[in-house]
Amino acid sequence: MENKCCAANNEVMILACSGGSNVGQLSNRAAVELTQEGFGKMYCLAGIGGQLKGFVQSAKDVPVIAAIDGCAVGCAKAILKNAGIQDYNYIVLTDLGIEKNKNFNLSDEDITRVKKAVAAACNSPKTGAEASKFSRVVGCCG
Amino acid sequence: MDIKVLGPGCAKCQQTEKVVKEAVAETGVSATVEKVTDIRKIAEYGVFGTPAVVVDGDVKCVGKVPSKQDVKKWISK
Repeated sequence: MENKCCAANNEVMILACSGGSNVGQLSNRAAVELTQEGFGKMYCLAGIGGQLKGFVQSAKDVPVIAAIDGCAVGCAKAILKNAGIQDYNYIVLTDLGIEKNKNFNLSDEDITRVKKAVAAACNSPKTGAEASKFSRVVGCCG
Repeated sequence: MDIKVLGPGCAKCQQTEKVVKEAVAETGVSATVEKVTDIRKIAEYGVFGTPAVVVDGDVKCVGKVPSKQDVKKWISK
């Protein structure tokens, strides 16, 4: 948790499958960069999967979730289903035309594509550097 | 009953503490209400944001001020 005051009312929780393939790691990298750019805040999908109460309740109470699965196996989707969470924005990276493999040399082009897809799924007008101008993380008691 | 209000001390966190204390007083439940402001201790609960309310170790709400009715439900069980 960041060392800052209250959660903003419209903060996006970003959940990446972070799996053991290029698309899993793309989901993770995109989540990290979207967090750094102020679009939302990456959160621990493993904590929800582990059914830790603080994590599950946080996912239930946050107004906007962006869940990113690398492939159609859908681990993030399954974790959210098991936690009883149904209302979220969902992106599968192989649906974007990115082939699943074990090449972990992620391209900037693919990372940008994923970030744009996440932003589009959340109905945000911009990604990347522009996201800061439309930041959903508005600081204390926003 | 042990109730913790997690939050570093902004208006929403203070409002949450007030709501919780009022709910406890109105229901007559025997409970201690502790405000947790240390960010490291708050992080141990794994919550996405604050304020958050924890009743007997169970995280009940995160990132919003709960209604007094909700708090009464949590502490009446």
